[in-house]
Amino acid sequence: MRRLTQLGSALCLFAVAALAFAGGPLEGVTEKQATNWHAIIMFCLFVCMTMGITYWASSRTKSTADFYTAGGGITGFQNGLAIAGDYMSAATLLGLTAMVYGQGYDGYIYMLAFFAGWPIILFLMAERLRNLGKFTFSDITAYRLDQGKVRTMAAISSLTVVCFYLIAQMVGAGQLIKLLFGLEYNVAIFAVGILMMVYVTFGGMVATTWVQIIKACMLLAGGTLVMFLAFSQFGFSFQTLLEKATAVHKLGPKLMYPGSLLADPVTAISLGLGLMFGTAGLPHILMRFFTVTDAKEARKSVLYASGFVAYFFNVIFIMGLCGIIIVGQNPEFFEGGTLGGKMIGGGNMVAMHLSKAVGGDMLLGFLAAVAFATILAVVSGLALAGASAISHDLYARVIKKGTASEASEIRVSKIATICLGFVAIILGILFEKQNIAFMVGLAFGVAAAANFPVLILSMYWKGLTTRGALFGGYGGLVSAVLFVLFSKSVWVDVLGNKAALFPYTQPALFAMPIAFLLAYIMSKTDSSVRAGKEIEAFEDQYVRAQTGYGAASASSH
Amino acid sequence: MSSAMYERMRANPKFQELVARRGRFAWTLAIVVLTMFYGFVMVVAFNPTALGQPVSEGSMLTVGVAVELFMFIFFWSLTAVYVKRANSEFDALTQEIVKEAWKENK
Repeated sequence: MRRLTQLGSALCLFAVAALAFAGGPLEGVTEKQATNWHAIIMFCLFVCMTMGITYWASSRTKSTADFYTAGGGITGFQNGLAIAGDYMSAATLLGLTAMVYGQGYDGYIYMLAFFAGWPIILFLMAERLRNLGKFTFSDITAYRLDQGKVRTMAAISSLTVVCFYLIAQMVGAGQLIKLLFGLEYNVAIFAVGILMMVYVTFGGMVATTWVQIIKACMLLAGGTLVMFLAFSQFGFSFQTLLEKATAVHKLGPKLMYPGSLLADPVTAISLGLGLMFGTAGLPHILMRFFTVTDAKEARKSVLYASGFVAYFFNVIFIMGLCGIIIVGQNPEFFEGGTLGGKMIGGGNMVAMHLSKAVGGDMLLGFLAAVAFATILAVVSGLALAGASAISHDLYARVIKKGTASEASEIRVSKIATICLGFVAIILGILFEKQNIAFMVGLAFGVAAAANFPVLILSMYWKGLTTRGALFGGYGGLVSAVLFVLFSKSVWVDVLGNKAALFPYTQPALFAMPIAFLLAYIMSKTDSSVRAGKEIEAFEDQYVRAQTGYGAASASSH
Repeated sequence: MSSAMYERMRANPKFQELVARRGRFAWTLAIVVLTMFYGFVMVVAFNPTALGQPVSEGSMLTVGVAVELFMFIFFWSLTAVYVKRANSEFDALTQEIVKEAWKENK
């Protein structure tokens, strides 16, 4: 135990020292800013606090249940905050503010699409997830099917989603930190990777959950404060705000019309499907449903989480609109002082500039620290989901066929976390100069096409067999990846080909039907004895899904 | 042993009642959300100008913003309604079913 603490504090010191001493020459894609001491001090406070929690959590993380699901002892309210923390990444804060700033109403449409999945998750999935699952969502898909094959498939698609999401977060972290803190890109990547490894390996789900909760509170408080200060400049009148915004924005009155982002119906519908059902297939979000005591608390967590998410999206909408006037009309925030030119730090910095304009360096520092903390928290949640796919699904169930001891399973998941940390660092460095805008979309697309169809069918459709699940899962995974690979965002923008082979950027509308259809046909035509038994086993699974009898319970401590 | 428990629960008419009532309620709410959301997406795709109209003469508030704000609040209210009913009525019924299956066990 003492060794663990020493290692923890040594790493903490390393991170702080690395943050303080880096200040090399200017280079790279985004230019580095002067070292921002307000932000660094506030971020260090956050790190110290979460390290303290990790130390406390490490003493409570003994069994596999503690490690994966915090012993199932998280309350609905805490879990709601943590889910909101998991869901609202730095991309949400920075990207959506920038989208409202640039495209107006289109940004608000995106936000509704990000939100609308939550009620559906509650009505159709939350209680069955909690009643059937234990540690990972593969527990549900493999419940009555072939453990080895189905878990391998689910683990592969989980890890694919986790890796794409990790790349997006790591590269975003590096660029953001270079800008906000005035640190080297690589230093930022290492700081994020190492802090994440410390949280997850020592504190497991308990520490990860509390990092999420603290970060969600900081994000909600910081966003609300900036919105409040900015909106007060317009006397809290939406009318005045919009009058001024449409008067100065280059889109003019078109600002409040649906615009170019969703120009064609196929893209609009495909995006809506991808965001809605992708949310219901993200492994790190699904995992959060197993951390609460029972279905009752699982439902409450969705209620709180969706409330926070809905509230925050509306805050961001107001922030983006205020930014049009407060940031867009201030030459200080543009390179060379020319209005409408290139924004300092790139288009995603609207939220940051806005906080500086309304609250000075102190508020900028706070919001920068929040953004860094946000990335750290999301990355930790992803790493834990990825590690449990490796240790719980692949190691304990597929390789050891359920004979692994708890201690060895935890050891494997810790090793997996450290490996994932290094993978994240390497991917972050490799992709530094790449256009990674498609990564989050790809993660959602794979989640919607590979994870969601098999998961929902295994809960609702008696006829699903192992063969159907495998074809559906792999079919969805491969088609989603290929559709994105052949679309404009990768085939043309990244690989430099002339024309895209697939005309749409959003895969969900095409990949989801492929997955469902394959799962249906391959199950229907499966007449093996094994398939018959699997269909019979649905009856017991159904009663358990409905009543929660036999569900994994909270461990007692 | 648990398979026998599941068998008894399934045979309980209250179980059928729970499944039917909760299923009907959940699917109704889900269909309301899906219809409204995809209806809205269709309007975005096929008739975007309708969403840019002001709600009343001289107002800067557009139909699109008003509709979306309403959906944020309405969808969240639906989750609250579902959680309230599921956590009281349906959970009480579930407990009865499990208890009765236990009694038969003895």
